[in-house]
Amino acid sequence: MTLASITFAGSESPPSPGPADFDLPAVFHIGEFGVTKPMLLVVLSGFLIVGLFARLARPAAVVPGRGQFAGELVYGFVRNGIARENIGSHDFMKFVPYLFTIFLFVLVNNFYGLVPFIQFPSMSHIGYPIAIAVMSWIVYNGAGIAKKGFVGYLKHETVPAGMKGPILLLLVPLEFLSNILLRPITLTLRLFATMFAGHLLLILFSLGGEYLLLHSENALRYPAGIVSILLAIAISFLEILIMFLQAYVFTLLSSMYIGEALADEH
Amino acid sequence: MLSTILGAAGDAAETEEELNPLIPHTAEIIISAVVFLLIFFLLKKIVIPMFEKAYAERTAAIEGGIEEAQAAQKEARAALEQYTAQLAGARQEAAAIREEAKEQGAQIIAELRAQAQAEAERITSTAHAQVEAERAQVLAQLKGEVGSMATALAGRIVGEVLDDSAAQKRTVERFIAELEESAN
Repeated sequence: MTLASITFAGSESPPSPGPADFDLPAVFHIGEFGVTKPMLLVVLSGFLIVGLFARLARPAAVVPGRGQFAGELVYGFVRNGIARENIGSHDFMKFVPYLFTIFLFVLVNNFYGLVPFIQFPSMSHIGYPIAIAVMSWIVYNGAGIAKKGFVGYLKHETVPAGMKGPILLLLVPLEFLSNILLRPITLTLRLFATMFAGHLLLILFSLGGEYLLLHSENALRYPAGIVSILLAIAISFLEILIMFLQAYVFTLLSSMYIGEALADEH
Repeated sequence: MLSTILGAAGDAAETEEELNPLIPHTAEIIISAVVFLLIFFLLKKIVIPMFEKAYAERTAAIEGGIEEAQAAQKEARAALEQYTAQLAGARQEAAAIREEAKEQGAQIIAELRAQAQAEAERITSTAHAQVEAERAQVLAQLKGEVGSMATALAGRIVGEVLDDSAAQKRTVERFIAELEESAN
C-alpha cells in the first residue's frame, strides 16, 4: 500500500525513503481508532501461529508424519536448543511455552517483511518489540525474585561473585544498569532497528531501481538501475537470514537472562 | 532513553504526524502484548502438551523397546544354554549308546561264535556217529554176505553143495571170527 503510493509519487521526483514510509495510513477506522496494517498483521500472526502449530502437533504420534516432524523440529529447536541449553534441565520446562511463543511471534512478524503483498515487518514498529521485551523483563526478574527473594535476587544480579570492598561502589550501579535497566531496551532496539533498517534498505533499492529504470533522465540510469534491483534481491536474501536470526537472538537472550537469574552462582 | 520512550508513549497514538520511529504507539504495545499473551496461552494449553505427549510416548516406546529387547536377549541366552546342555546330554547319551552297542555287538559275536562252534561240534559228532553206525551196519551186512559167498565159493571148489545147515553155519562163523581175530 505504501509502496504503491510512493511508487506513484516517484514517477515525478526521485524517491527518498525515510521514517515516513513506516507511518502507514489506517486501513479502516473503528470509531476514532485507526486500525493500521501492522496491527492487522500482528493479529493475523496469532491465527497463523496457533492454527499452524495446533495442526502440526495434533497427531501427537510416536512416529511423526511430515507435518508433525516439521513442528517438532521448530519446537525442539526452542525447547532443547535454546531453553534447556541456557536454563538447565531442572527448570527449563516452565519457560518453554513462553520462549516458544517469543520465537514464533517474532519470527512470523519478521517474515511478513518478505511475504509478497504483505511486505511489512510488524517489528519495525517499535511498539511491538517493546511489549515482548517488557514481558521478558518481567519474566526473568520474576523468576529470579521467586527463587531468591527480592533482596537475594538484587544481590545476585548486581554483586559479581568474588568482589569485595570499595570496588563494589562502582560495580553495583553498573551491574544494576546493565542487568536490570538496559536489558529490555537493548532487546527492543536490537529487534526494532534491524527490522526497520532492513525494510528501509529494501525500499531504497527497489524504489531507486524502479525510478532509475523508468523515470530518470541520468546517463547511467540503466546500469545503476539494474545494480539497484539486483541489490534489492540480494538484500532480500540477507533479510531472510536476519529475520530468522533476530527471532533466534531475542529468544536466546530471554532464555539466557532467565538462566542467569536462576543460576546458583555466577 | 527509557524515560523518553515511556514519557512519549502516552500521547504517541494521537501524534502520528510526528515521525520519530523510536516513539511507540500505545495501541501497538497493547495489541502486541494481548496477541502475544493469547498465543502464549493457546500454545501452552493446546500445542505444547501435544508435542510433549508425543515426546513422552516416544521415550516410553523407546525405553519399552529396549527393555523388551533385553528380555528377549535374556530369553534367547537361556534357550541357548538349555539347548547347549541338551546337546551335551544327547552327545553323552549317544556315546553311551554307542559304547553299549559295541559291547552288545561283541557279546553277540562271541555268542554266535560259541553257538557256531557248538553247532559245528554237534554236526561233526553226529556225522561221526552216523559214519560209525553205517560202518557197523555195513560190517554186519558184509559179515553175512562174506559168509554165504565163501560157502558158495567153497562148495564150488569142493564140488558139493553145502547146505546151510546149522553145522555149516557154525563152521563159517568160526572161520569169520578167526578172520576177525587175525584182522584185529
